[in-house]
Amino acid sequence: MFVLDTLLHRLKRGCETMPYPEGPAPALPDRHGGALRVNADRCPSGCRDCADVCPTTAITTPADRPLTLDLGRCIFCTACLDACPAGAITPTQDHRMAVRTRDDLVLGGDGREELRLAAALDEKLRRLLGRSLRLRQVSAGGCNACEADVNVLGTIGWDLSRFGIQFVASPRHADGLLITGAISRNMELALRKTYDAVPGPKIVIAVGACAIAGGPFAGNPEVLNGAASVVPVDLYLPGCPPHPLTILDGLLRVLGRLEEPTPAFPAAAGPPAPPR
Amino acid sequence: MSSPSPFALLANATSLPWSQVPEWPVAELVRATAAELDRGGRLCAWFGVPEGAATRLVAVIAFDADNTLATARSAPATGSYPALTATHPQAHLFEREVWEQHGLNPLGHPWLKPVRRMGDAAPAMGEFFRVDGREVHEVAVGPVHAGVIEPGHFRFQCAGEEVLHLEIALGYQHRGAEAALPGGPHRATMSQMETVAGDTTIAHATAYASVLEALAGTEPPLRAQWLRAIALELERLANHTGDLGALANDVAFLPTASACGKLRGDFLNLTALLCGNRFGRRLVRPGGSALDLAPAHIAQLLERLGPALADVEQAAVWLWDAASVRSRFENIGTVFAAQAAELGLVGPAARACGLVRDVRYDHPAGWHRFAQVPVAVWPGGDVLARARVRWLEIQRSGPFLKEQLAAPPAGETRTELPPPVPDTLAVALVEGWRGEVCHVALTDGAGRFRRYKIVDPSFHNWSGLALALRGQAISDFPICNKSFNLSYCGFDL
Repeated sequence: MFVLDTLLHRLKRGCETMPYPEGPAPALPDRHGGALRVNADRCPSGCRDCADVCPTTAITTPADRPLTLDLGRCIFCTACLDACPAGAITPTQDHRMAVRTRDDLVLGGDGREELRLAAALDEKLRRLLGRSLRLRQVSAGGCNACEADVNVLGTIGWDLSRFGIQFVASPRHADGLLITGAISRNMELALRKTYDAVPGPKIVIAVGACAIAGGPFAGNPEVLNGAASVVPVDLYLPGCPPHPLTILDGLLRVLGRLEEPTPAFPAAAGPPAPPR
Repeated sequence: MSSPSPFALLANATSLPWSQVPEWPVAELVRATAAELDRGGRLCAWFGVPEGAATRLVAVIAFDADNTLATARSAPATGSYPALTATHPQAHLFEREVWEQHGLNPLGHPWLKPVRRMGDAAPAMGEFFRVDGREVHEVAVGPVHAGVIEPGHFRFQCAGEEVLHLEIALGYQHRGAEAALPGGPHRATMSQMETVAGDTTIAHATAYASVLEALAGTEPPLRAQWLRAIALELERLANHTGDLGALANDVAFLPTASACGKLRGDFLNLTALLCGNRFGRRLVRPGGSALDLAPAHIAQLLERLGPALADVEQAAVWLWDAASVRSRFENIGTVFAAQAAELGLVGPAARACGLVRDVRYDHPAGWHRFAQVPVAVWPGGDVLARARVRWLEIQRSGPFLKEQLAAPPAGETRTELPPPVPDTLAVALVEGWRGEVCHVALTDGAGRFRRYKIVDPSFHNWSGLALALRGQAISDFPICNKSFNLSYCGFDL
């Protein structure tokens, strides 16, 4: 009686969906490290050890600062952590990495030691999308890992649909796009058409180092180095790929669905209103 | 091989001076390659090496039963040459690729069109094979699909529900992965290799590291080889489990779909235990492994592996017990063994047609020289067979992991790698979860990459999916597609 066996087994297992965000967030893997923190004041004068090992040139040493780390380009390979003689770059173990503007991903210098986490959408958009967000996913020149960890959110452990967030099969049904990949030239037209087919108001979420800045393939003539080269981006989720928890945090954060207060930042630094 | 091969022989993950690779006129290379394929060889790679304005062709063949690889090259050629595809269909995409990359025209190729690039147009703008007639209609799907999936374009020629022909146009994920490599290795190369196909990070990274190690005339410490073997099986477990769940989902059998979706994540988290990343990034490095496993990590791995495997078993039992599932899987998307051999299919897709081919067994390198996983084969060639092979492989990877984790070799995990030897060809095959990952590198006089060829198993297997759809109802495309679950980016490079 396999039907009864199956039902019984499911009953025994109970609810497998994690308590987060009401309960505590699941722990990141020990060796994950989470978001990075930059203490540029620790940099020895003239040292470029981290910049020299960074595979994606996420680390630069501009004239006015000892060091900047662009978490948009960063693939979290931790080569810089191993190379740094002074401990200027440290893991925070924090899964939260979503930001609203590209510039918020650039660390280094006074007051920019850590990411400035995303503020929620403005009141009007939040009223429209806050309890029901339908996304169309466009994969364009990535490696399928970001897609895989977005898909994970649909499994019973994460159960994205309990937040009213769903991936839909047509741009006409969508409130926005979730984009992965460095945007290959071969996908540029398809991405543009998909964006145009989404009725406004709409939001665009760039997931992963590729969609933010081209990732490991940045600079190749075959790619456009990120989604913002084609469409306006409202939310950036760094990582290679971002942990599912990072993605979920970003989605809930931008919808204003997290209990914790979102950091207030000066109006001038707020995201520019993308063309609707 | 009953008689000696005119090709130069080499073992997996070894190298050979470029001068020792036999050179023939291009027509002779085609003839000799055809002869080797006729007596049991399998085409692993066929690519061009630019030489001035001309191009040399290089063939890499695997003789699985003899556990050896064979290679040969052509003299520099321009213009055209007699196509190998005309007699050996397994070369058809390779020859299209050479034509696209080097302009060398394979005369007699039945369907010569670009593989990834269409000038300024999107890949689907090209010409498609068409069936004409009343009742015949065409269905075009993609590049953007109705889910969280990579982009690709499928063009079906249908008579009613029945698919007469499917043509698959890819290239949307083309990032220039191969074109970036000459002159390398560059600083970003390791990260690019880890993301050739993100769900196959360990296999591609291992192939790349093995190539560099072979070019340096060395091999990594045993403990690193052991770690790579463990990570490779974890990758297989995660993906096969996910595939069983996805197949169950496509026939609306939700208990297994739900359980496997979660369990796939559990296996990914075991990989994250190794290196912090669920896909195995930053673990494999040329010269060994960037990270080691402490005894506490090993204990934790073993502790978490047991329940995860037991849960997969339970989920699989539900799947196989359900007559409704079996009836949806059986005799759907059948590829016959002879077709699979002709197309050169690899991995579970080939083994599900009864072909015994598995790099871990046929061409053992690294840790697989000391510890074997039995080859999982199932006859039938249908969706059921492809699902069964995955299940058999899960059943074999689990005990393999437990056994290996119980007896770790001692020692270092990484050694300093000497620079690559100049003017040398190296080949590395790794049995990724989709099948054979093949990397071939040729160095120049300074020891930098002169040419680097990547062959993802999907490059061989997409044609298998197209063939599987012949005569099927178009509504069966999703389960046929899931049963292959091929990589778009691994193909598009």
